[in-house]
Amino acid sequence: MNAFAAHFSFEFRAGVRNRMLLFLNYLFPLGLYLMLGFILIGLNPFFLEVIIPGMVVIAAMAAYLLGVPEPLVGAREAGIFRSFKINGVPPSSILIIPSLTTGVHTVIVAAIITATAPVLFDAPLPINWMGFLVSLLAVIVATAGMAVVIGVVSSNSRVVILWSQLVFIPSMLLGGIMIPYSELATGVAKASRLLPATQAVNAFRALAMGEIADFDPWVSIGSLLACGFVGFGLAMFLFSWDSHNTLRRGHPALGFLVLLPLVSTLLF
Amino acid sequence: MAAAVEVTDFRKVYGDFVAVDGISFGVETGQIFGLLGPNGAGKTSTLESLEGLRSPSGGTLRVVGVDPVKEPGKLRDVIGVQLQSAGLPETITPTEAMRLFCAYHRVAPRIDLLDRLGLIDKADTQYVELSGGQQRRLVLALAIAHDPQVLFLDEPTAGLDVPARAELHRLVGELRVSGTTIILATHDMAEAEEIADRVAILLSGEIAAIGTPRDITAAGAGVTKVSVRTEKGSLAASDITFPAVQRHHWEDDYAIYFSTDIGPTVGAIIRFVETNRDGLVDLRVERPSLEDRFLEIANTAGTS
Repeated sequence: MNAFAAHFSFEFRAGVRNRMLLFLNYLFPLGLYLMLGFILIGLNPFFLEVIIPGMVVIAAMAAYLLGVPEPLVGAREAGIFRSFKINGVPPSSILIIPSLTTGVHTVIVAAIITATAPVLFDAPLPINWMGFLVSLLAVIVATAGMAVVIGVVSSNSRVVILWSQLVFIPSMLLGGIMIPYSELATGVAKASRLLPATQAVNAFRALAMGEIADFDPWVSIGSLLACGFVGFGLAMFLFSWDSHNTLRRGHPALGFLVLLPLVSTLLF
Repeated sequence: MAAAVEVTDFRKVYGDFVAVDGISFGVETGQIFGLLGPNGAGKTSTLESLEGLRSPSGGTLRVVGVDPVKEPGKLRDVIGVQLQSAGLPETITPTEAMRLFCAYHRVAPRIDLLDRLGLIDKADTQYVELSGGQQRRLVLALAIAHDPQVLFLDEPTAGLDVPARAELHRLVGELRVSGTTIILATHDMAEAEEIADRVAILLSGEIAAIGTPRDITAAGAGVTKVSVRTEKGSLAASDITFPAVQRHHWEDDYAIYFSTDIGPTVGAIIRFVETNRDGLVDLRVERPSLEDRFLEIANTAGTS
């Protein structure tokens, strides 16, 4: 078994074995999907239109933004990175392999949601499956990039939760899942475009569900992919083996550059 | 014999604090070398710089000819490390850890080492559920799985029970026989005295003494403890003196003497017992241990 396969195999199992990761990868998004499906559709008919893309986006955000950074910080604080360094595990593997395995978990949850929503809630299925897959890939790449940046720049476990929630909670409220983008006040709507959820829901609705986009869906796809790649580049640059996270190449504030592709969408 | 580890004028500074102040030593291939010293003496800074985890502030380091700073990739292939403060992911099992690290070292997994170190029954148990001793044995198994030329052990027996400690010492002995050089950092002087070929005592970032444990203990004040118990207690009188005895006292039916010249002291004690028609029940001669010598050096440094 080569190093990638061995590492991937372990990380994938860890995503189910670790109770917190099991909760964030599966139980939380699927539980929320069922709860919102049974409660919110009756109160807010708009939610029925977006239940599949919206819940897939929430699943990706929960798995990545809440599930990836904290284990990274915990591993660094526990000296696991030092063991990895001594045994030749490179930073790229430490950052990319958990992102890939989390992607597999997210795809499984997305498949469960997409398969069950029409049966349970009479939700509309995507009409363009290629658009659905492209949008899914884009949201996975973007949230993975943001997650590894948060994990690398956060000084400790408490700070990592703060940063993760700072992206996750506004995404839930303003990301076009609970409230349509078009009904947000102008300033709030513009601000919400800095959230990966807003871009992802816009892309899913236009490219997968056949609805009218609030803004150019390909700009959304491009910004999400760029956000992810910039995120991984920044995380590699700012990565620190040091348990106390004091020795690194650049200032942690450089992590904000991950938002640059999303900021640039305001120009379109 | 070739030097496996060479440390020349090594310095490590953190801000204004000088952790290691220009130390030099060499370790020959196949030796077990003990780095001893109290907390803050500079052991970990030295060890972790040799392991490539820290950058030296000055001097040169070589591990089998490899510069730990400039050639980290080569270094990983030639060293094995059991860190004192390094963990593994909580959910990883010994089998998975062995497969993972061996894959990164490009060698076949050494499941036999899990058996050897008494972990085969726990091969599928998550790391977090292993006892402290089992965790340390697993980290040791991982450190030697790729047959490193130099093995760094940081407090290897901390938290181990007596059988596990004995097994570890046997394993270390076998590694030495097979030509592995071992650098051992420990607080346990008895352990260093038992298994190390040479030791260096670090105090405040400097080498206070270096040599074989026997050389280091012999260089001390040389006071040997003689404990004697007799059938009739003829040595109990406090005014009895013997040649070369610095001081003596009575403790638990034993007369205890501290002698600077053991031959005349023991000879005189035996003659005294015979002359007084008494019989020897027990006579023990204890040479100063490495720990005694370490404390002597530390006290001297503290008072100078």
